[in-house]
Amino acid sequence: MASEFTSTTFYTKLKEEKKLIGVKCQDCGHLSPEPRPMCPECHRFNMEWHQFSGKAKLSTFTCISIVPVAMSAKGYGRNKPYCTGIVTLEEGPRISAMINGVDGTNPQGIETGMALVLDSDNLDEEAPSLAFKPA
Amino acid sequence: MATNFKKRKLGRPVSVVGAGLSQFGAFPGKDSRDLFVEAFQDMVESIDRGFDIHDIECAYVGNYSSDLFEHQGHTAPIVADWLGITPIPITRIENACASSGSALREGVMAIASGMYDVVLVGGMEKMTNLPTDGVTDVLASAADGLYEVPAGLTFPGIFGAIAKAHMDRYETNLDHLLKVAIKNHANGALNPKAQFQQTMTTMMERRITRAQERGQEVPDYKTEIDFLNDERANPWIAWPLRLYDCAPITDGASCVLLVSDEIAHNFTDTPISIAGIGQATGKPLHDSEELTSLSAAKAASQQAYDMAGITIADVDLAEVHDCFTIAEIVATEDLGFFGPGEGPRAVDEGRTALDGDHPINTSGGLKAKGHPVGASGVGQVIEIYHQLRGEAGERQVKKDNPTVGITHNVGGTGGTCVVNVLRRES
Repeated sequence: MASEFTSTTFYTKLKEEKKLIGVKCQDCGHLSPEPRPMCPECHRFNMEWHQFSGKAKLSTFTCISIVPVAMSAKGYGRNKPYCTGIVTLEEGPRISAMINGVDGTNPQGIETGMALVLDSDNLDEEAPSLAFKPA
Repeated sequence: MATNFKKRKLGRPVSVVGAGLSQFGAFPGKDSRDLFVEAFQDMVESIDRGFDIHDIECAYVGNYSSDLFEHQGHTAPIVADWLGITPIPITRIENACASSGSALREGVMAIASGMYDVVLVGGMEKMTNLPTDGVTDVLASAADGLYEVPAGLTFPGIFGAIAKAHMDRYETNLDHLLKVAIKNHANGALNPKAQFQQTMTTMMERRITRAQERGQEVPDYKTEIDFLNDERANPWIAWPLRLYDCAPITDGASCVLLVSDEIAHNFTDTPISIAGIGQATGKPLHDSEELTSLSAAKAASQQAYDMAGITIADVDLAEVHDCFTIAEIVATEDLGFFGPGEGPRAVDEGRTALDGDHPINTSGGLKAKGHPVGASGVGQVIEIYHQLRGEAGERQVKKDNPTVGITHNVGGTGGTCVVNVLRRES
């Protein structure tokens, strides 16, 4: 039985609906921002789509100067590091995300705990990234 | 979950009787198979009473990604061919940077099952064919390609995020990280197989000399920390991690000969027993219980200690997975040498140095010895093997008569962790 709860759908919904839409287990209530066909907590198969508010706090981060090929193509590198990290969603789960709207050259000026919101502007058509920005 | 903590035992005891390492470094023109043969030759020469290659009944080889590094899949049979040991079964194990840690575990279980008496296990990686951004991409493919990599996370990036979380939660600072690098370079300087056989002082002096020779402004470094705080000498990779916080890109191979205890004395008077093995699995960092600890390392070490019947107080030394300086600090906490958040102070106090009460990474670690990812897990076992036999030369630990050593080998950012307890029984 094919499942609709795939990463492809996650990124399509992010792009088209501009929302962070993950899944919720209809049996135990477990929330997962990453769509998955099976609940990792109660191990049943009754997931449903769940829209997250898009509000989050910055849990930890890094500013990357030695960048992968794909980020280099977007102009990032030694002279233009980007910020990425882990955010804790308002609903509880954490997820990895790009952190836009902060200065990657000045990590001391970026504060963990800061309030963030989903940034669905300027999503890459080919390879969209989950991103947040300061609220 | 509870089944993870069931105390397990091997069907019969297994020992290491030989250990070989290739030179670690960048070797244009050498393929991974060539490196493996070099390690094998070193192993053959290490076996006190010698052995007949036809005694090998089965082999496991750890390799992360010859597919992407060398465009060569299915590497295990090639190794068997190069050693001339076909048609014995050989299997490649891939668990990212824990590939050969897992290969060793398979070899141990193959003997413990009673099926084989003599098993070759090792690992290899040829990384330097690709430019740095290519290597960054290949290593990042060991992270979650759907939810970590698209967020721009790289390997140094994920460990940078762990370092930032550690700094937020405890009194950890950037100098603590640099002191791990200084210590491991000091050990690497005593290891003739290491990629970096220079102390940080030597690296610093070299930079000063070069500036003088070129008529450039001569840096005014008073200490190694001054040198490491110079952004031109030690540029950012993934803040708060800099170049010297990261293990290098390395070509290399490692192998050991495992035998059932019953026949170990046919090979040597000083076999080293695999007293405990543990392996556990973790989730991506964002889904981990803690951002300052690898849960798989805690679980794997508990399994290994339980099987060996030891506590951390019995352990004389450890080789831990310092792919980044912060990873060594976290490892020493996860393994139980120090409490959560106490790792940095232990580094400050020199407790993890060669002459400290808990010597860590006497080989130089992945940081200075080098990190050919698929070879690193067995490489760690080789260092403990030599230390417990008292044959580590200038870098022999200062404590008398070390009898128990552990290895801690991490795949990815804690997706896999393998911990082994090695013990000299006599």
